[in-house]
Amino acid sequence: MPPVSRALWRSVDEPAAGSDGHGPHDAHPLEFSPSRRDFMRLAAASLALAGAGCSPPAEEITPYVKSDGEPVPGVPRYFATAMSLGGAAIGVLARSDMGRPTKIEGNPTHPSSLGATDVWAQAAVLELWDPRRSQTVRRGALPMSREAFFSALGARLERLRARGGEGLRVLTRYVDSPTLEAQLRAVLERFPAARRHVWEPLHRDNSVEGARLAFGRVLEPVYRFDRADVVVALDADFLREGPGRVRYARDFAARRRADGRAGAMSRVYAIESRPTLAGAMADHRVALPVAGIERWLAQLDGQLRGAESDDPRVRAAAADLAASAGRALIVAGESLPPGAHALVHALNDALGAPGQTLQYIAPVAAAESCTASLRELTGDMHAGRVDTLLVLGGNPVYDAPADLAFGDALARVPFSAHLALRRDETSAAATWHVPATHFLEHWSDARAHDGTASVVQPLIAPLYGGTSPHALLAAVAGEPDADGHRRVRRTWTLRQAQGEREFENFWRDSLREGVVRGSAAAPVSARPRGVPYSPPAGPAGWSVRFVEDASVRDGEFAANAWLQELPRPDSKLTWDNAALLAPGSAAVLGVRTGDLVEIEAGAARVRAPVWVLPGQAEGAIAIALGYGRGTGVDAYPLRASGSPWEVRDAHVRRSDGRHAFATTQEHARMEGRDPVRRAAIADFEAGDFDLGKEQPEESLYPEWRYEGYRWGMAIDLGACIGCNACTIACQAENNIPTVGKDQVARGREMHWIRVDRYYEGDAAAPRTLFQPVPCMQCENAPCEEVCPVGATVHDSEGVNVQVYNRCVGTRFCSNNCPYKVRRFNFLQFADRESESLKAMRNPEVTVRMRGVMEKCNYCLQRITRARIETEREGRRIADGEVVTACQAACPAEAIVFGDLNDPKSRVIAAKRSPLEYALLGELNTRPRTTYLARLFNPNPDIEEG
Amino acid sequence: MAQIFRPGQILGLKLALLFVLGIVAIGVVTVYKAAGGPVAPGDAAQQPIPFSHKHHVGDDGIDCRYCHTSVEKSSFAGLPATETCMTCHSQLFTDAPMLAPLRDSAASGKPLRWTRVHDLPDFVYFDHSIHIAKGVACVECHGRVDQMPLTRRGASLEMQWCLGCHRHPEEHLRPREDVFSMQPARVTAASSPELLRLLALVPERRREDCSTCHR
Repeated sequence: MPPVSRALWRSVDEPAAGSDGHGPHDAHPLEFSPSRRDFMRLAAASLALAGAGCSPPAEEITPYVKSDGEPVPGVPRYFATAMSLGGAAIGVLARSDMGRPTKIEGNPTHPSSLGATDVWAQAAVLELWDPRRSQTVRRGALPMSREAFFSALGARLERLRARGGEGLRVLTRYVDSPTLEAQLRAVLERFPAARRHVWEPLHRDNSVEGARLAFGRVLEPVYRFDRADVVVALDADFLREGPGRVRYARDFAARRRADGRAGAMSRVYAIESRPTLAGAMADHRVALPVAGIERWLAQLDGQLRGAESDDPRVRAAAADLAASAGRALIVAGESLPPGAHALVHALNDALGAPGQTLQYIAPVAAAESCTASLRELTGDMHAGRVDTLLVLGGNPVYDAPADLAFGDALARVPFSAHLALRRDETSAAATWHVPATHFLEHWSDARAHDGTASVVQPLIAPLYGGTSPHALLAAVAGEPDADGHRRVRRTWTLRQAQGEREFENFWRDSLREGVVRGSAAAPVSARPRGVPYSPPAGPAGWSVRFVEDASVRDGEFAANAWLQELPRPDSKLTWDNAALLAPGSAAVLGVRTGDLVEIEAGAARVRAPVWVLPGQAEGAIAIALGYGRGTGVDAYPLRASGSPWEVRDAHVRRSDGRHAFATTQEHARMEGRDPVRRAAIADFEAGDFDLGKEQPEESLYPEWRYEGYRWGMAIDLGACIGCNACTIACQAENNIPTVGKDQVARGREMHWIRVDRYYEGDAAAPRTLFQPVPCMQCENAPCEEVCPVGATVHDSEGVNVQVYNRCVGTRFCSNNCPYKVRRFNFLQFADRESESLKAMRNPEVTVRMRGVMEKCNYCLQRITRARIETEREGRRIADGEVVTACQAACPAEAIVFGDLNDPKSRVIAAKRSPLEYALLGELNTRPRTTYLARLFNPNPDIEEG
Repeated sequence: MAQIFRPGQILGLKLALLFVLGIVAIGVVTVYKAAGGPVAPGDAAQQPIPFSHKHHVGDDGIDCRYCHTSVEKSSFAGLPATETCMTCHSQLFTDAPMLAPLRDSAASGKPLRWTRVHDLPDFVYFDHSIHIAKGVACVECHGRVDQMPLTRRGASLEMQWCLGCHRHPEEHLRPREDVFSMQPARVTAASSPELLRLLALVPERRREDCSTCHR
């Protein structure tokens, strides 16, 4: 086999080798240019301040008044709770430092988490402590008391009771909480003429209708990727979107490693309209607009029935699926119409998937069509049949389909109340705004993707006296008991018919474990009926595809700076969305990255900046939802109720003007380097592969011996799905500040671990490769040799530590770092003013000042805690006792950390793999963090390229 | 060669130099004073109650851990809850005027606010529990509190002082059962192997690593 071709690239605009490619760093000169007088003034002022140094203020200690010994100051505690998102919950363990929730970890016993989390769970603590959360009830713009709202609501309900609740409507998002469900039923019992509606902008209506077509009732599939040998994903990003994503990533990654068993690796075909994580992991990827995917599916169906497709990939995929009956799985994404979903159910059934690679359950939350529900509500609102509307969460004025004109309809409702964390568009349009509680502030319950229930327990009293949806509904239903804890307990007392003692045990176990044992939904066996399906003919015009944003989702997290600054997995954009165009489509329109295009669909027009994205389907424009408030472009005006995921035959033309993006990975050149090594599984198993490993040169210096622990890390690129959970987990753990769009554009982002994205092959159909890059902890660290003050040194366990109190900010170290993982506080990035953010920070990590260098240190605070705990017991740290924040969050278990001096450690086992290699190994830095090459399992019957 | 400066200019230069030196000297002195913390060694800080360790430890013989409950399991030794004080003071000195803040705290539920005497910079992560476990006695850092009517800081708490012990811990360790004693250490033939084991557990270099205390 020939050595791996060194042909990785990152963007279509990448400067050719040899050209004078200046990065954006050079494009921003220092904007501060003082006059001579200003300079003298500043010099004098700093001299005066230096002389007038003052001692730090005396600190106070305030002990408890009463204490039962818990919590012990300085010892964090973990509480099991659950975070709901889009109608399914992920079980989490929330760390509490002296009563302050500071970090979210996954709950190993929860089926949707298995110990890992997604980016939104990591961002939840910032969501809680955000100083811009709504803090007061408002009527219109007027601040009011909570009591005033409840007495106004009470008076309203008295009048409603007289007519059976006619005109009362409750609008929720997907309800996955049994208690909330019971309360909604109680409201309808008290007000028989009232109605409830549901609206989730990232809804699953096509799945719901597809299941109805196939089974005559709504059923949800729960996938088992760990059992699937062949996976065909049709515009389905099962690793990032929808319920079960974290669990699916774990199951999926388990089949993408080289574990020595022949045939253990799965083969994945992704046919998709925009780049997804699933597509990046796929062995074969086809980029098509949605209509093309539908035709592809119809061809696959025909091929499986014996017809002959003229597409070799369809033939190969069909042969693969047929040969793996019982171990095959087809996953349909939400953009496909109900008919396609029904066909996929039939195909899965024919392939023997039910009971093997998937299981049907009664729907957890998505039991009806959201669009129909909201259409009915807005119709009644326009007709004046709604006089009291309670909106529990969500932001329908912003995200409802444009043709339903929810905002106009809301103006016709005399009494409307919006319960929300922040005062948003709907709050401003409703007559009342009520600040909501965060999920870390209230009692509730929630169900996972497989139906498993968890009790949601609060870690802190509501910071701003918010109201939980349960409390609001309790007032509507006329519940006499306002206590949230008792309410949730009551739900479960009714469900668990048992004695008081048994119930106490059950309740305690459920709280401690974070799951209600045995509450997973029972599998339903159902046979789909054959539904005739005919795919559409190709669209004549442009296809505009609306996608869930990897950071802000539907816009819910648009105010969360951690998520906004998290580079989007495919484009590496921060603080922005864009009209994503394939290189060919961009050429047709005559635009390049940063140009503006005008997209016209129906009556709506949106001007959006272009980002040329390799791997995007030609003829299709993908645009992420959730922007247009302070940053990015709002795509919702284009989104109508009849076309929630794709507008066909849109008009797109070039528009005037330019837009400046802030991206984290287009700087500088590749210089022909090959950072991501890869191999085909067949070659690997045959031992016929060459990673092109550089042989490090002999060192003149004797080997340094590490007697105690020798920490090291291995990152499996075959498992890494590129989801960014590590980056944001590190941000939460290590008090890493955000810097804002302008500073990111200058290359000053602060993430200690970044996920690099490379492309390989043709720009029209590239292969996407992800590579997480933390500090490599080099044995021969180039940064250490140039620090004039010894602020970066090796410790006795081989960690390259950064000593903030020594650092004087020369930045020599960053300059000399070949991996570019050092981060400098160019400005006072850490917010030292906001009180609530002080409470959010990890007390075991220094908050850095301006002028100080920082970087990954293998979560020293976690190593130290483990060391102290084990040394108090007089033993060594066992393998797996120190888990870094990135490792803990990783859904794919791609990161392994441990002691290299322990021959039985998992990290040693990982590093013994023949796939192991060092990044830029030719530099002889001898990094402690090394990689396992990316493996592929291509179908030999398909000629790529 | 002709002189570059005239005598008048030389005087000016000398004065200017003196001025700059003066400012630097003032700066150095202030910074040094500031680095010492708000409460100088040897000074007793203003406290809501003039609490006497001499009385409680020296005269009454109360164990350190009766009040500083988390010293063996946490980085923070812990200060007693009002409730803890009231175990005795609901019976003893019930109407002493100096204990009025304590009774107010118990009645109102508002905590007492003590001034920190031993305060380290925020980038230093000191852990009480591991020092106790390694046989570093309270008295090593806090001095003879049993002789202090008002709590004072005896040690400088400067990094050099910390390192002195980290580099040469031999003279500062004592058997585990004597850690809370105010008396000088009694190393016996029976306890010395245990001390040697404690010393061996952490390599010498580890005790001097930056990352041992800073992160």
